[in-house]
Amino acid sequence: MTENTMAKPQKFFLPNAYPEPAFLKLESLACSRGLRLLFEGVSQTLKAGEALALYGANGSGKTSLLRQIAGFLPLAAGTISFGDTPPNAVHFIGHADGLKNALSVGETLALDAALWGAPDTTTDLLPLLGLQNRAWQKVADLSAGQRRRLALAKLYLAPRPLWLLDEPMTALDTAGQELIDTLAGAHLAAGGLIVASSHMPLAFATKELVLGAPA
Amino acid sequence: MSVFWAICRQHMVLAWRGGHTTLAFAFLFIGVTLMPFGLGPDLALLQALAPGLLWVVLIMALLTSLDRLFQADYEDGSLDQMMLMPLPLELVVLGKLLGHYMALVLPLLLAVPLAGLLLNLAPAHLPMLLLAMLAGSPALVLLGGIGASLAVSVRRGGLLTVLLSLPFYVPVMIFGAGASQQALAGEIDETRLAILGLLSLASLLAAPVAIAAALRNAVR
Repeated sequence: MTENTMAKPQKFFLPNAYPEPAFLKLESLACSRGLRLLFEGVSQTLKAGEALALYGANGSGKTSLLRQIAGFLPLAAGTISFGDTPPNAVHFIGHADGLKNALSVGETLALDAALWGAPDTTTDLLPLLGLQNRAWQKVADLSAGQRRRLALAKLYLAPRPLWLLDEPMTALDTAGQELIDTLAGAHLAAGGLIVASSHMPLAFATKELVLGAPA
Repeated sequence: MSVFWAICRQHMVLAWRGGHTTLAFAFLFIGVTLMPFGLGPDLALLQALAPGLLWVVLIMALLTSLDRLFQADYEDGSLDQMMLMPLPLELVVLGKLLGHYMALVLPLLLAVPLAGLLLNLAPAHLPMLLLAMLAGSPALVLLGGIGASLAVSVRRGGLLTVLLSLPFYVPVMIFGAGASQQALAGEIDETRLAILGLLSLASLLAAPVAIAAALRNAVR
C-alpha cells in the first residue's frame, strides 16, 4: 500500500544539498584504550559525497574511531577537522540504539522529531522505515532488525552532513539493507559524508580503511 | 526550546511508566506509616517530630529514584544521542532534571499533607512546611543529579549514587527541617527559607555544568 513512497525516501526528507560543503580530515589519529594502543597514524580525507568504509577484526578500533570522530572519545594523537562545528553536524548510530522500551513506535517517532527539532512526520516515516502498522507496538516487542530501522529515523528527521554508522547492516534483512543503501546514496548525492564500519562490503563506500592491518 | 520540553516530557513519561512515581509514593507512605509503630502512639511526640520525619522520608523517597536518572540512558545508548542533540548538553541535563522534578517531587509534595495527617500534623502547620519543601526540593534533585552522573558508568551504581548524594543533602536537610520546625510554632522562618532558596539557585547554576562534565566523561 505504500510502495510508491518506499521507492524514493530521499525526495521526501533529505535535502537536495547540504548548505555548507562539508569535508572531514583525519590526520595521524591514534587511539588508546587503557594501556593498549588500538591504532595509530590513521590519516584520511573525505570530500563532500564520499563515504569511508572501516574494515578490521573485532577489537581493531572501528567503533573507537567512530566515537573519536563524534567527539565522545579523546584523541591520543592527531587532529580531526570538519567543515562545520561538530556537535550539530553529526549523526552517530551505534550498537546501543537509544530506544526506550516503555514507549510505542509512534511515540518514539513523535518524541524523536521533537528531540531533533523537526516537525512531527510520524505517518510519513513509518512506511519509509518499513514499520507500517507498527505505530502502536511497544519498542520492547520489536525484533532486532525492526529496532535498527526505528533507530534510523533520526537520519530523516534532522539532516546533518556527517553520518557515523557503526555496523549499519547488523540484524537487517535484505529490504533493510537496501533501505540503508538508498538512504546513504541520497545522502551522498546531496553532498553528505559517511564513515561506516562493517564486516561486509558496503555498496555505497567510495573509500576504505582497514584498521589493525600491518602498516 | 521545544527540544528542551521534549526532553522534559520524555523523562516524565518514562518515570511514570517505569513505575518510579509509584515507587516514590509507596516509599513515602510506608515510611510515614511505620513511624508511629516505632515511636509509640504519643500524639504530641509525633507532632513534634513530624517535620523532621517528613523531610527524611521525602529525601529517602527521592534517593530511591536517583539511580535511574541517567543510568538507563547510559545503558541504552541515549547518552550518546544526548551529546549530539541540537541543544547544549547542560540544557539537555536540565530538561531531564526538570522532568524528574515534575514527575516525582511535585507529586510527593502533593502527598505531604496526607502524610502529615498520619503524623498528627495540624493543617495550620502545612503551609510553612510545604513552603520550605518547595524552596529546598529543587536543590535535592539538582544535587542528587551530580551523584547520579558520577556513578553512571558503575553497574548497579544505585548505592554509590546515594552515598555520593548524601553529603550534598545535609545542608538542605538542616535548613529545611529547621524551617519546618518553626511551622509548629506558627512562625515563618524567612532566614532559613532564604537560605533554602539560595541553595536551590546555587545548585541550579552549578549542577547542570557538573553533571554534563561527568556525563561527557562517562561516554568515553
